[in-house]
Amino acid sequence: MKHDTTKNNTQIFVLPAQVPLLSRAGWAVFLFALLVVGVLAPVLNLLVPEGHVLHLSDYAVGLIGKIMCYAICALAIDLIWGYSGILSLGHGLFFALGGYVMGMYLMRQIGVDGNYKSELPDFMVFLDWKELPWHWSLSDSFAATLLLVVLVPGFVAFVFGYFAFRSQIKGVYFSIITQALTFAALLLFFRNETGFGGNNGFTDFKRILDLPIATTSMRMTLFVLTGTILLAFYVGARWLVRSKFGRILQAIRDAESRVTFCGYNPLPYKLTIWTISAVMCGIAGALYVPQVGIINPSEMSTANSIEMAIWAAVGGRATLIGPIVGAFIVNGAKSWLTVAFPEFWLYVLGAMFIVVTLYMPAGVVGLVRKGLAKFGKGGAA
Amino acid sequence: MCVSLTSLISRLLAAALLTFTGTAQALTAADALLLATGDSDERIALMSQLSAGDDAQAHALIRALGEDRVRIQEEMVLIANDEQAVDAVSGAPVRLTDMAEDASVNNRLRGAIEVALAGVDVLRGTPDQQLAAARILQRGAFDDPQLSQLPLLQRALAQPKLSDETQQLLLLASAAVALQSDDVAVRLDAARKLGEAKRAVVRPLLLQAQASELDEGVQKTLKASLAAVDRALLFSNVLAQLFTGVSLGSILLLAALGLAITYGLMGVINMAHGELIMIGAYATWLVHVAFRQWLPDFFDLYLWVAMPVAFLTSALVGVLMERCVIRFLYGRPLETLLATWGISLVLMQTVRTLFGAQNVGVENPGWMSGSVLLMGNLSLPWNRILIVIFTIAVLLGVALLISKTRLGLFVRGVTQNRPIAACMGVNTARVDTYAFALGSGVAGLAGCALSQIGNVGPDLGQNYIVDSFMVVVLGGVGQLAGTVYAALGLGVLNKFIEGWAGAVLAKIAVLIFIIIFIQKRPQGIFAMKGRSAQS
Repeated sequence: MKHDTTKNNTQIFVLPAQVPLLSRAGWAVFLFALLVVGVLAPVLNLLVPEGHVLHLSDYAVGLIGKIMCYAICALAIDLIWGYSGILSLGHGLFFALGGYVMGMYLMRQIGVDGNYKSELPDFMVFLDWKELPWHWSLSDSFAATLLLVVLVPGFVAFVFGYFAFRSQIKGVYFSIITQALTFAALLLFFRNETGFGGNNGFTDFKRILDLPIATTSMRMTLFVLTGTILLAFYVGARWLVRSKFGRILQAIRDAESRVTFCGYNPLPYKLTIWTISAVMCGIAGALYVPQVGIINPSEMSTANSIEMAIWAAVGGRATLIGPIVGAFIVNGAKSWLTVAFPEFWLYVLGAMFIVVTLYMPAGVVGLVRKGLAKFGKGGAA
Repeated sequence: MCVSLTSLISRLLAAALLTFTGTAQALTAADALLLATGDSDERIALMSQLSAGDDAQAHALIRALGEDRVRIQEEMVLIANDEQAVDAVSGAPVRLTDMAEDASVNNRLRGAIEVALAGVDVLRGTPDQQLAAARILQRGAFDDPQLSQLPLLQRALAQPKLSDETQQLLLLASAAVALQSDDVAVRLDAARKLGEAKRAVVRPLLLQAQASELDEGVQKTLKASLAAVDRALLFSNVLAQLFTGVSLGSILLLAALGLAITYGLMGVINMAHGELIMIGAYATWLVHVAFRQWLPDFFDLYLWVAMPVAFLTSALVGVLMERCVIRFLYGRPLETLLATWGISLVLMQTVRTLFGAQNVGVENPGWMSGSVLLMGNLSLPWNRILIVIFTIAVLLGVALLISKTRLGLFVRGVTQNRPIAACMGVNTARVDTYAFALGSGVAGLAGCALSQIGNVGPDLGQNYIVDSFMVVVLGGVGQLAGTVYAALGLGVLNKFIEGWAGAVLAKIAVLIFIIIFIQKRPQGIFAMKGRSAQS
């Protein structure tokens, strides 16, 4: 190969022209989405009076805000699964880690307003602890919390990923091991003595940054923040997958041995995308907790992690818009069905897993694209 | 003269008293009244006297006192029997009037009555009553050793036809009581005997005696006995842990064996495996209900019907899964994982809809309950032992099927090289279905076994799915032997860590151990060699 890349032959090896970050229409949609999230939603929620047709209810704000957190997770899953071929059943762990870091900060913000009027969080008083355990020492600082939201999931993912990818654990093996890791963490967080509130987790938050947390305006602030971060992650992910790094990732996904023979070591690529993906999930968790008002170990359950995969699969893997769409479809259906027909929800979810894997490998986005292509062809003929 | 007269009188009195407290004592009206109404100390003292005697009427009165059937009416002590009553002394029937009062029995007295009756039963009862009485006496002697019990215990021990266990218990009791003796030789002997018993119960007694013992020789014997008991306890503890480990291992093995076939041999990752186990358990439950309903006389035999039913039900569900979903996904393991997870959700919800979200109760057949007592300290529940045996049987069956039959040959062939097997004329699609049915059926058998030791509910399978995958991953894909070693190893390891770190930490430690182990040997304990390892 070396000898081919002389001046004369460079032409042959020029990569195909890069697709732009977003097409013109894409940018338009992106800006529109940003406007909706950043301006329209707050206006409809805060300024339009209740009872008006266009009023956006607090419930809807809460729901959409929550789903946007899920969409970030779906995006993270897509980066690691859709673009790198690594199916993680452990992203619930990173989500929960981010959530727990934020939860610890929120617990400290309660201050002496808890049930026991103590400086310590209620569950510690209940367990008769006299002082904060060591891992709570940074929890009173918001800046440190923001840093830890990134660092904790990132560190766990890095260490685990390093060992897993180094010993060439792939495919289903990797999935099962991530599942085991999450399961172990679940058991650990369930324990009272690990200092994470046991099976009740953290709840009853009162303030964030000394501002009351359960107000309409705070909810809207978190909503706008989540939406903006989701859009930013989308563009960031888009930039990532069309960079050289992203191309190598996709090459690893399609034929890892060949990439290795070409002289690339897959380890740093996989490890980087794995860690990035975990950090994204952690941030989603940190945004999720103040909006939902509770974090407990059930977020780490096996079912939750696998559900993340189905969000990406329903929307369409290896398309970045797909997972976001998928997260909205699945969770929208969930929040409707669990209220309207609670006993049917698991049938529907189960059917989604089966139907999507059997008949819709490209997800909803794939179907739409196919439909558009057909329509386009039909129009041309 | 005067002195000699008084001494004579006192001697006569003493002689009279001796006969009075001796074996021939009969129940007098005064004694009966004292027994029914006296203060606790008097009553207890009298009771131990009476129970040591031979008078059946006295025994009957004590028994009636224990059963709250004693009434006092006009200074007469009556034993009430529904509406009728008899005089406790004469046995003559007496009409109960409204004046009759109940004889009160407090807890202390009740305990004394129990011991007194045990003293009676151990000498006169049937072998079963003797055993029960010996248990009570032993417990009493250990909780509150009274030297006064010693003659009774020795008399009981002197009886010719005692069962082994009764004798053991009585020996223990008499040794425990003898520790209170003033005679150094008796104490020495008791300390030695307690040491020989090597049971957990004697430990606190020995410690107590050690604290109060002044004689050096006895002290030494006590120490030696204590050491002997501790050694025996340690040994039986290790054995007990080993057994629970093997028991857990065999459960893991049962749960993982089906997976070892579907995942290990066929490479199909079946997240619904746990639900196939659950279906097997529910099938067992249905058979159990059916027997209860229509064949209550043959209830103890229901498991023999439940086993094939569980196998076939799970196998059938497995075939449906394979035919309808999984066969379209061969070679796409991640998609298979997700699709089978979806199936597992549907199966769980179906069971919930059909049988409710609550756990259902599966009763063990009679022959499975109870336990075996080994070496005095180690009690092994029968159902656990039977599950170990059952696991071995299933394992042998599967191993023979895979290694000796034509189907097994085909399965191995398809596993090693699908295209070549197809070229040789093997109908690979059919082999896939059969193998999947087999794996699913074994899961059903696992469910049948698990229903005997735990709760049966829609979530049953979820508890085993992570564990069974760990077993298969650790054991190495494509190897039944690896699965066996991994399951037993994990079971024993888990139980030993549990011994000093608690159940949850043990589980975490084991999971972390597996994750680290996979680093070193990504292919499991037994890596596949040769060409098939590459794929």
